[in-house]
Amino acid sequence: MSYEIRLNGNSRSFPSGDAFFDGATDDADIVLLLGTPSATVVPEVGKTAILVELDTECLGVHTGESAGEEGSSVLGFARYRNGEDPPSNLIELVRQPNSDEDAIAAAKTLFELAGYTVCLCSDQAGRIIDRLVRPKYNDALRFLDEGLATAKDMDLTCCMGLGYPDGPIERVERGGMAEHYRNTHALFETYGTQGFAPARRAVVANARAGTPEKK
Amino acid sequence: MTGKIKTVGICGAGGTMGAGIAIVAARAGFETVCYDTAADALDRARTQTDGFFVKSVERGKMSADDRDAAMAQVSNTTDLGGLADCDLVIEAVFEELTIKQKLFRALNGICAEHAIFASNTSTLSITEIASGCGREDKVVGMHFCLPAQLMKLIEMSPGINTADSIFDTAWAWTEAVGQIPVKTQDKPGFILNALLVPFNNDCIRAVEAGVAEPAEIDNAIKAGLGYRMGPLELIDLIGLDTQIRLSEAFYPITLDARAAAPPLLRRMVAAGRLGRKSGAGFFDYAGSGMYGG
Repeated sequence: MSYEIRLNGNSRSFPSGDAFFDGATDDADIVLLLGTPSATVVPEVGKTAILVELDTECLGVHTGESAGEEGSSVLGFARYRNGEDPPSNLIELVRQPNSDEDAIAAAKTLFELAGYTVCLCSDQAGRIIDRLVRPKYNDALRFLDEGLATAKDMDLTCCMGLGYPDGPIERVERGGMAEHYRNTHALFETYGTQGFAPARRAVVANARAGTPEKK
Repeated sequence: MTGKIKTVGICGAGGTMGAGIAIVAARAGFETVCYDTAADALDRARTQTDGFFVKSVERGKMSADDRDAAMAQVSNTTDLGGLADCDLVIEAVFEELTIKQKLFRALNGICAEHAIFASNTSTLSITEIASGCGREDKVVGMHFCLPAQLMKLIEMSPGINTADSIFDTAWAWTEAVGQIPVKTQDKPGFILNALLVPFNNDCIRAVEAGVAEPAEIDNAIKAGLGYRMGPLELIDLIGLDTQIRLSEAFYPITLDARAAAPPLLRRMVAAGRLGRKSGAGFFDYAGSGMYGG
C-alpha cells in the first residue's frame, strides 16, 4: 500500500529519521499531512484518504463541522506519545460521523501493515488516551500535594497493585510537567470539568517554561 | 518487633480475600485462626488453601514439609471467642462500616489488651471503623490486593488515634510475612482505589459518550500505556455491580463527579450485564469458562 507524506515542520508522530518515512512515495492514493497541517484540509480528487496529524485539536478544526453530518475522506490521526518520550506503537485514528468507510479501511490497513496498533475513535478532545489518563495524573499530582503518600509509594502501588509498567508520577514527570499542562489545558478548555483542570504542579511547571501553547 | 505477634486471626476467612490473607499468615509460620460465621465456607476455604499449597509444592515454591507445617498452623472456628488468643486480628468481612465497627467492638471484649486490630477495607475510613471500639489506638488499615496470596502489595494506613508503635508493629508484621507495605493517609480509597475508581468510571463514560467501542479503548490503553489488561476488561472482572458499590462508597465522601456511578453502568447492571460472573459485561464471555481456567 503506497502513501505520500507532506511534511510541514516537525511531526510528533514520526520524528525526523523515523523508519516510516522510508516507505513513502512521491504520489500515492493515501496522503499523510505531518507536522503542522493547514488550517483547512479538503478531500482531493484521486486520493482515497487524507490523513491529518493532530495535536490537541479536533479534526473538525481542519475540516469544519456541519450539525453532526460532517465527514469525508479526510481523517485525523496521532501516534500516541507521552510528552517527549519516544512515540508508542499506538495510532489513534480519528473519524467523523460520516467519514468515508473506504478511507477508514485504507488508513487502518496502511498503519497496520507498517506494524502499528490502530484504534478508531470519534473526533473528541484528547481522543482515547489523553482523555482518560490526564485526569488520573491530575489526581496523583493532587494526592502528592495533599500528602496522601510519597511519589515513590504511589508509583509502586500502581505498578504492584495494578500491574502498570510505570507509575503516574514517574510517567508525568518523564513526559514533562509543562506538556501535561498543555494537554490538560486543552482538555479543560473543551470539557470545562474539574478533572481536566491542570494540576497545581503543572501550572507551576508551565509558568516556569513560559511557552504555554507551543506544539 | 513482630515477636509480639505469634497468633493471627482472620475474620471473614471463608471469603476469597480472607482465605488469601490466611494463606499469607500461615505460609510465614504464624498460627492462623480462621473465623467465619459459615462453617461450610470455612471448609471450602480450607480445601482451597490446601490445594494452593499443593500447587506451590508442585511448582517448587515450597517443600512438602513446609506445606504440612503451614496447614498445621491453620485452624477454623465459627465462634468469635476462638480469636481470644490472637495478637493480631485482620478483618476481611463485608465492606460496610457498621458491620466492621460492630465486629471490632465485639473483639475488644474478647481479645487481650495488647492485640492489634487491622482492617482490610479498600474504601472506608480506618478512623471511623475504629471509632467506639474501645481500642482506637490499636487499629490500623491493612489493605491487601486480590488475590492476597499472590499480590505482595499492602496499603497501610494509621487512623487519627492509632499509636505510632502499633502502626510500626503491624508494618513490621507485613514485612515479616513477605509482603511489601506502602504507607498512605486514611483517605477514601487510599492510593489504589482513589486512582482506579474514577478512572474506571471515566472509561465507562467514554463508551457512553461514543468516544470509541470498548475493544478500541482497551486496545488503545494496552498499546499506548503498556497495561496488561484493558480498563473495561478489568471492570468486567471486578464486576459492574461492584464498581457501582465502590462509586457509591466514594462519591458521597469525595463529591468528585468522576467518582459517581455513570448512567451506563447502572443500565448495564439493570440489564443483568455484571461482567464475567454473569457471562457478559462490556464483553461477552459465553462459554469462556472461569477467568484463568
